[in-house]
Amino acid sequence: MDNDIILLGHGSGGTLSHRLLDELVVPLLCGVDPRDQDDSAVLAPVHGRLAFTTDSYVVDPLFFPGGDIGSLSVYGTVNDLAMAGARPLCISVGLILEEGLAVVELEKVLQSLRAAADRCRVRIVTGDTKVVPRGKADRLFINTAGIGVLVHTLDIKGSGARPGDRVLINGPFGDHGMAVLASREGLALTAPIVSDCAPLHELVHDLVTELGGAVHVLRDPTRGGVATTLKEIARQSDVAIAIDETALPVSPAVAGACAILGLDPLYVANEGKLLACVAPAAAAAALAIMHRHAPADTLGPAVIGEVLGERGGKVRMRTAIGGMRAIEMLTGEQLPRIC
Amino acid sequence: MSLFAPFRDPELAHGQIVAIRRTLANYPGTLTLMEVCGTHTMSICQHGLRSLLPDQIQLISGPGCPVCVTPVGYVDHAVAVVRRPGTIIATFGDMVRVPGSTSSLQREQAVGGTVKVVYSPLDAVALAEKHPDQTVVFLGVGFETTAPATAGALVTARRKDLHNFMVLCAHKTIPMAMGVLASDPELQVDGYLCPAHVSAVIGADAYQVLAEQCRVPCVITGFEPLDILQGVLMLARQIVAGAARVEIQYRRVVKPQGNRKAQALIDEVFEACAADWRGIGTIPGSGLRLREEFAAFDAALQLPVTVEPPREHVGCRCGDVLKGKARPRDCPLFRSVCTPEEPVGACMVSSEGTCAAEYRYG
Repeated sequence: MDNDIILLGHGSGGTLSHRLLDELVVPLLCGVDPRDQDDSAVLAPVHGRLAFTTDSYVVDPLFFPGGDIGSLSVYGTVNDLAMAGARPLCISVGLILEEGLAVVELEKVLQSLRAAADRCRVRIVTGDTKVVPRGKADRLFINTAGIGVLVHTLDIKGSGARPGDRVLINGPFGDHGMAVLASREGLALTAPIVSDCAPLHELVHDLVTELGGAVHVLRDPTRGGVATTLKEIARQSDVAIAIDETALPVSPAVAGACAILGLDPLYVANEGKLLACVAPAAAAAALAIMHRHAPADTLGPAVIGEVLGERGGKVRMRTAIGGMRAIEMLTGEQLPRIC
Repeated sequence: MSLFAPFRDPELAHGQIVAIRRTLANYPGTLTLMEVCGTHTMSICQHGLRSLLPDQIQLISGPGCPVCVTPVGYVDHAVAVVRRPGTIIATFGDMVRVPGSTSSLQREQAVGGTVKVVYSPLDAVALAEKHPDQTVVFLGVGFETTAPATAGALVTARRKDLHNFMVLCAHKTIPMAMGVLASDPELQVDGYLCPAHVSAVIGADAYQVLAEQCRVPCVITGFEPLDILQGVLMLARQIVAGAARVEIQYRRVVKPQGNRKAQALIDEVFEACAADWRGIGTIPGSGLRLREEFAAFDAALQLPVTVEPPREHVGCRCGDVLKGKARPRDCPLFRSVCTPEEPVGACMVSSEGTCAAEYRYG
């Protein structure tokens, strides 16, 4: 690549486009020889039900403590596949580049994207690159779609929560959203917050193979946070969920930053967390599996609540001080308050 | 251990609740206590405190959410300003979604206006330095908690000789509004949980006249759940004893004389004026406007715009909710037309608003 920035011509389909693809995008992402590049990827037959998902990534800033848009675009899609209990196989990568984007930034993102795909053992099998005029996109947007295979016959879905199920989370929450917010707004926090951005398919693999039918629901609480995801599960399963505030793992740094900005960690986005509803007899084993996959230097996973027999989709929390309150979905955007 | 844990200890809370019940054991009537500040409202809902208190105690929310009491005309004014070419509106986050008569800053942003959310008025000054070819207008909204910060920003802008930084001022002061509510015959407030951080600035002495003239007990109370329970206990004891004193529960922060430096800063930059409170009306002497020495920074004077005539939504009971006369669920729009997603009244917009708190935690 001779240019240090992306030009409109890089999206023209002509020679500049070919150079961008042949010299940067393709070698970094998959290394397919130009002679083998066709209009679609042809995949080998697989045995088992397929899971298929897509997600677009528009995070600002592109690089934040603990991750970047490249790794995020792989882990996010891998995690969506994992929440169906699927083993991720391959993904597509669509890039929308804003004219003027620094090539070195693009290169860093693509390297990170590839490293994340390698870590998850998913192949990048197809892709697309477009360039839009300056101001028509915010530097770089990525869309990924993924295919995974279900190697079991379980039905893991949001409507699967049953009365008596224990609700677990695999570690502290709120870190990703606060890391991105602090980085975007240039907030000078004394305790730096690092995104929890990470793949969950290995954890899910162990949960599913070791606990089988005792795993009823898996959900990753991304946008909208833990509160919104719990509410979705309660509604889909037509049950009530009760959680205990004292059991919620929130790091002091996240709790402090949220308190300063008037945000509630329950509504802050995560990128490496999952909520699981499991049969009560399997709760201890599920917790042990989560511990096995949890980093040693953060708060551990926890049983945070229970699914109740009552219908209607309500989520309630027993507060630390002993009161009760309802948990609702996130509405609008969380806005920092005045005082 | 978490910084908050000591203030959320369930055993200590239980002790406070037992003490409250014991205090009221032989008291025949009910107690209507008004928490003046929006952060109290949030904390009460967030920690489920109502479920812990005896039925004898009714907590009502007061006018202390700055976004909620900002009149629709002010939002319309801000909308008119952001439509001026070369203008950047800098504001605390909650103002962005407040509906004006026909638009909001959020809407203006979507159609090309420049609205920047800042975390401190000084960030707005920095924004003005960074964009010398644009006029940065900071929305000066809030009570005695945010007024000193706005004053500090104005003093800084003057020192730096910045000509492109201005304030559209709607700052308000709390004690006058409490006096109006205390003398409202429709409203029987038996005691005030006075705001925590406003009081850190103005001091406990600022409520002396209110307590004496209106014969209403005032307890300055912190925002943590144990603070609030203790504040309720202190009010209950005063009410049972027939007292009407100003007491400080939030001793770790609030002093009788307040923060003199912040008070001096407010005095240097602002002077008292009549202010429009959404839902309450005009209260003489309850607003702050820029002194003449700062006229060059006053967006209302320097940036002439045509503001559309204010139009309130029919049926919205924000006014009654702000005065504690109605609970959000008494409003016909609550949860049907008016939701945090599409707020009609300001009480639904701010995370501190009574309606938003009840919607989310009720």
